Amino acid sequence: MNGVEGFMYPNEITLEWSVLIVLYPFITGLVAGAFILASLERVFQVAAVKPTYRLALLTALAFLLVAPLPLVLHLGHPFRSPEMYFTPHSTSAMAMFGYVYMWYLMAVLVFEIWLDYRREIVLWSQSAGKWTRWIYRLMTLGSSNISERSLAIDERVGWIVTLIGIPSAFLLHGYVGFIFGSIKANPWWSSPLMPVVFIFSAMVSGIAAVMLLYMAIAKLRKQKIDIHCVDTIAMYLFYIFIIDFSLEMLDLIHRIYEADESFRSLNFLVHTQLYIPHIVIQICLGTLTPIILLGITQVVKLPEIARKRIYVVAGCLTLIGIFAMRWNVVIGGQLFSKSFLGYTTYKMSLVTHEGLLVAIALTILPLVFLWVLIKLLPPWPEKDVPEAAAAD
Amino acid sequence: MSVFKDAGHLLRFAGLFVLAFLVFLVVRGYVVPKSFGQYGHYRGNAIGEIAAHPIQYAGHQACETCHADVLDVKKNGKHAHVNCEACHGALAKHADDPSTVKPVLPDTAALCARCHTASAAKPKGFPQVVPAEHSNGMPCETCHQPHSPGMDAPATAVGGAK
Repeated sequence: MNGVEGFMYPNEITLEWSVLIVLYPFITGLVAGAFILASLERVFQVAAVKPTYRLALLTALAFLLVAPLPLVLHLGHPFRSPEMYFTPHSTSAMAMFGYVYMWYLMAVLVFEIWLDYRREIVLWSQSAGKWTRWIYRLMTLGSSNISERSLAIDERVGWIVTLIGIPSAFLLHGYVGFIFGSIKANPWWSSPLMPVVFIFSAMVSGIAAVMLLYMAIAKLRKQKIDIHCVDTIAMYLFYIFIIDFSLEMLDLIHRIYEADESFRSLNFLVHTQLYIPHIVIQICLGTLTPIILLGITQVVKLPEIARKRIYVVAGCLTLIGIFAMRWNVVIGGQLFSKSFLGYTTYKMSLVTHEGLLVAIALTILPLVFLWVLIKLLPPWPEKDVPEAAAAD
Repeated sequence: MSVFKDAGHLLRFAGLFVLAFLVFLVVRGYVVPKSFGQYGHYRGNAIGEIAAHPIQYAGHQACETCHADVLDVKKNGKHAHVNCEACHGALAKHADDPSTVKPVLPDTAALCARCHTASAAKPKGFPQVVPAEHSNGMPCETCHQPHSPGMDAPATAVGGAK
């Protein structure tokens, strides 16, 4: 039984949206952010971040494959989930997710990765081991044309796909914010700023995640970290973080100044149950600290090793902060009564299908997918491909 | 023509999309019921199927025809507006054949707790208790007459513990 203070409506006592619904916007945010980082190189010609371009795409794909799982586990009845595609209800924002997801998965990410790797896929299909060769052959779709002209076409089409991918990434995550922002019965969520805040926080978390993954993988492979690349990523992370923080503060100041009928209740919540997750973890630890740390690297000339350590600490704190932001939105929005006269509590279960262990498994699962993808499609250039095989 | 030759792989990828879309259409045609959308965003045939379900509830008028003595106790009590079958369950079969189909008396220790267990969400004026503290597992009908549960009504009145 949840601990209840004051008056709650019967359907408010138990939280219906659990930690899995916190994971859903967190994971889709990482997808959108990772893709935006990839687009920096492809569309905006930021050559310094090139070493992370393919890794960012594979990261986005690995996390996107896991993105619907929290929802399926939460709703149960996985065999009913295709009905979202078969009989979508046009007036339901949630029902449109399937199409937004499928568009982003197939028309943007898979297509772009395929175009970018096509030359290597064809070469690997002729040289790899017995079993992997068949996988690569399947991936070539029966075409081994890697002439200069066909690769030039791939490059051009890939650029267009990335260009379309940027608004698609915004659509994917802005849409997640839209779902919350459009619930007018809940004053903690109902804000037109919500989609914009979600987009920028997604960019922050995705860029931080790819930066950390790049550094960790380089360390594991005993390769030198391209410090110029990491410096550039950190610079973009810093600037986008400032915009994200400004938007969140704008939303907060607007709520304080507007002080509508929900304000006293929400203010009480922020100063009691949400004090640690919102003020301490999200704002102080997960936002201000990384911004200050990244800011130091922008204004003070620090040695390389110090910068790397700062980036790792700032990246980890950023991910914690963004996760806390999702937590505070999803869980925080269900802790108070819509009568504004009472509060409930959320007690996370451990081993149920919506418990902590499942949440941890769903957080690790994208990394397993990423490992498989990296094995199949190595994102670094040093895996030699036999040039001679490119003759045709 | 060489443009088409060098872009052939793109056509194959597009072909894959078209193929996936065609498979989707075929599967959709197979799994979506024919009557879906007939009246609205649901299966039209569902209305007829639901209407064809056998009637489970007799309605309180049917109960009152035979159990007028219970009605006399109930009509002045707090449960005057609680329908008979809300507590006794669906009894259409009993109403059709009273001599053969005998309803089972509900266990009041569990039944009453459904509505009267204390919760912050319930209005203050609504009678509510923590069952373990209030009765320690004893059936409520030991003290309360279910058809008129106020303490002024004797628990041995019609319809109570038997």
